[in-house]
Amino acid sequence: MNIPVEYYLWLSLALFCIGVLGVLYRRNAIIIFMCIELMLNAVNVLLVAFSTYLNDVDGQVFVFFIMAVAAAEVAVGLAILIMMYRNTRTTDIDILNRLKW
Amino acid sequence: MVVFSKSPVHSVLYLIITFFCIGGHYVLLNAQFLAVVHIIVYAGAIMVLFLYVLMLLNLNRESEPHKSTVMKVAAVICGGLIMVLLVGSLRGTEQMMITQSTDIGMVKTLGKVMFTDFLLPFEITSILLLAAMVGAVMIGKK
Amino acid sequence: MVSIETLALLIPVFPLVGFLLVALNVKRLPHGIASFIACGSVFLSFVAAILVFTTLLGLPEDSRSIAVDAFTWIKAGNFRADMSFLIDPLSSIFLLIITGVGFLIHVYSIGYMHDDTGFNRFFSYLNLFVFFMLLLVMGSNYLVMFIGWEGVGLCSYLLIGFWFKNQSYNDAANKAFIMNRIGDLGLLLGMLLIFVNFGTLNYISVAVMATSFSTETLTLITILLFVGAMGKSAQIPLYTWLPDAMAGPTPVSALIHAATMVTAGIYMVARNNVLYTLSPLSMQLVMIVGLGTAIFAATIALKQTDIKKVLAYSTVSQLGLMFLALGLGAFTAGIFHMATHAFFKALLFLGAGSVIHALSGEQDMRNMGGLKKYLPITFATFLIGVLAISGIPPFAGFFSKDEILANAFAYNPVVWGLALFASLLTVFYMFRLLYLTFFGNVRANAHSMSHIHESPKSITIPLISLAALSIAGGFIGVPEVLGGSHWLNSYLSPVFAQSKALVESQHHLDHSTEYALMGTVIALTVGVIIIAYVKYSKNKHVPVADANLSGGAKLLTNKYYVDELYNAIIVKPLYWLSNIFDIFIERLGIDKIVNAFGGSVVEGGKYTRLSQSGSIGYYIFLMVIGIVLILFYTLIG
Repeated sequence: MNIPVEYYLWLSLALFCIGVLGVLYRRNAIIIFMCIELMLNAVNVLLVAFSTYLNDVDGQVFVFFIMAVAAAEVAVGLAILIMMYRNTRTTDIDILNRLKW
Repeated sequence: MVVFSKSPVHSVLYLIITFFCIGGHYVLLNAQFLAVVHIIVYAGAIMVLFLYVLMLLNLNRESEPHKSTVMKVAAVICGGLIMVLLVGSLRGTEQMMITQSTDIGMVKTLGKVMFTDFLLPFEITSILLLAAMVGAVMIGKK
Repeated sequence: MVSIETLALLIPVFPLVGFLLVALNVKRLPHGIASFIACGSVFLSFVAAILVFTTLLGLPEDSRSIAVDAFTWIKAGNFRADMSFLIDPLSSIFLLIITGVGFLIHVYSIGYMHDDTGFNRFFSYLNLFVFFMLLLVMGSNYLVMFIGWEGVGLCSYLLIGFWFKNQSYNDAANKAFIMNRIGDLGLLLGMLLIFVNFGTLNYISVAVMATSFSTETLTLITILLFVGAMGKSAQIPLYTWLPDAMAGPTPVSALIHAATMVTAGIYMVARNNVLYTLSPLSMQLVMIVGLGTAIFAATIALKQTDIKKVLAYSTVSQLGLMFLALGLGAFTAGIFHMATHAFFKALLFLGAGSVIHALSGEQDMRNMGGLKKYLPITFATFLIGVLAISGIPPFAGFFSKDEILANAFAYNPVVWGLALFASLLTVFYMFRLLYLTFFGNVRANAHSMSHIHESPKSITIPLISLAALSIAGGFIGVPEVLGGSHWLNSYLSPVFAQSKALVESQHHLDHSTEYALMGTVIALTVGVIIIAYVKYSKNKHVPVADANLSGGAKLLTNKYYVDELYNAIIVKPLYWLSNIFDIFIERLGIDKIVNAFGGSVVEGGKYTRLSQSGSIGYYIFLMVIGIVLILFYTLIG
């Protein structure tokens, strides 16, 4: 059961980059949210891997909290999304340019 | 898959599969508690939330206009840049290290640490969840 | 017993504290308390000055030079300039005069300005002036003297323009300050040259090193220093500010423009006696300028009709005599005359102020007359002052003037003749003033005579004190020829010893020549008095109104049109030049550049705000770019 930590490093990196790519590439707000979750998960994986490697329980506790925060964030984000849909009948984020000068 | 599929529902389903895989990885890493929590919270709750919203707003069909090609290329380049940077930075690290199986991931250990060293963040997280719930409800009201 | 160092440090501190106390509470203090603080502080300085003086007398002659350090001020490389004071016979004489006469004038001001709304402000300015003047004479290096020099110029400006609601007074104050500044430029250049050549600004060090420099360097330095003295002490060509400065209240004229500030130039030349002795050319310059000024101003005073202007030109003339003495190498004579002049000129000014006060502001002598019976004390003290300035023995002016004339004769009889001419003119216009003001018919109009009264005690007591000093003050310098021991000469000799050693022995007149000179002078003086008496008192000649003047009288009354000349040659071109600068350089150049800075910020903002497109995708994109850059910088760079 001895997996080199390096592999987990690459895995997490790959997940994170895919997430970034998704955020920049898509215009649908929901997909963007999902890609953000993907990024968070990448970090989680990395943390757990290192906590196992360094024999330290702090990493897993931290992951626990990240999960809790991610859940909260998703809830609020989706609520905002629903409001946005009610106002503009679409989930296209490029429509929201009211902050323009 | 998540990123490139046309239908949002398909994206969600792919993401759920991803989460299960990651949960599996957790088990591999001897973090059983976290694996279960991960599956319950993410695949069980968050993704369900996503599906709810998708159904609510009936976003099944691919209705969004795509970004302009310039932006797409720019986006790909950006993502690529990040990847290159991180890869480049991690390349110079030492060679392979080996994981060991330990007792860390056990619920008992985790629980003990959680309620002694990390008590304050724990309580504050509960307040955070409360605030998030209230906030979501407030925002969602008509 | 307080040590002399502490006393020396306290002397300027008292007026400074007085100034601060009164100035910071100008609106709140009642008049009585403000005047008490102001006069009290100067009185304390006077007491301290007396103590310093007596302590100096107690010391043996060689060691009568004490340097007191207050604090280190500049220390850069090898150069060091401290705020330190030098107590020696020269500065102690000045200290006594400044604080003593200053105190009397403070007391006088209580009565003179008692119904003026700016009473407190006046006393604060007076105290400030005393502080700066003390700093000037007590400094042990050129920097401290320069602080005092500039400070008294400032106070002169403040006090001349005291009644600032009148624009012509403000103009007079401006004129005084600017002319002083022109002189100060010379002084500053001289100081810089001293620093460059000698490497130090300390008086004693400079005096020690003076002999090792070429005459040309020293001549240049001393001429520049003398330019400063010309401005401050109102010599030709920088004298026109002094008559205009009579716009200030009379105590100001008495204190600043008779007894103290104008003597700053005398002090400076006396302090630098070594440098001047080593450059004969500048000594000649000092002498010629002094003599010329003495005669020039005396001629103008002959025809002035404003009582204060006559006294102002008289001051300019007497200062010319003092500079003549300094230029001849008779430094003690110059200081002696300065001391006696302080007494009787302050007395004359204060007396004139008393007359003006009694006549409710009338200053034209043609509208005075016959005041002898209305203002007895003023008349008596004024008479003593006029006798003193005319050089009648045994009053103070006789001894000091006589010494100057004797030295002039020893140098060159022509110089003696010219100086005598200036003195005789002085006698003439002073007695003219006396007769026109106090004798004859009452020519004042009803308004002026309505409130006529002898002045209150606060005015008359200083007058009486100064009169006593005018009588007795001459006895500090009775020459040997009359049987005295010339105490002042021996007291001041350590200060001038070095320069005396550098010069070949002065021509000494034998006693019979001196008696002959004295006799001639006294006889001529009495003759002039008789002429003045005949013209103005017996024949009751009154100067005509301005419109009826002609010829030489017109020239003199209009002060040789010097003011108009300066106006045309210097002032108008300067205004024209600054107007050009204003239009081209200021408006089109500098203003545009400064505004361009602001304008560029505005323009830049106009273009930078276009990046706020508002679309979230764009923002996320920029965020990721930012992260890339940060990662790049921290991981690779």
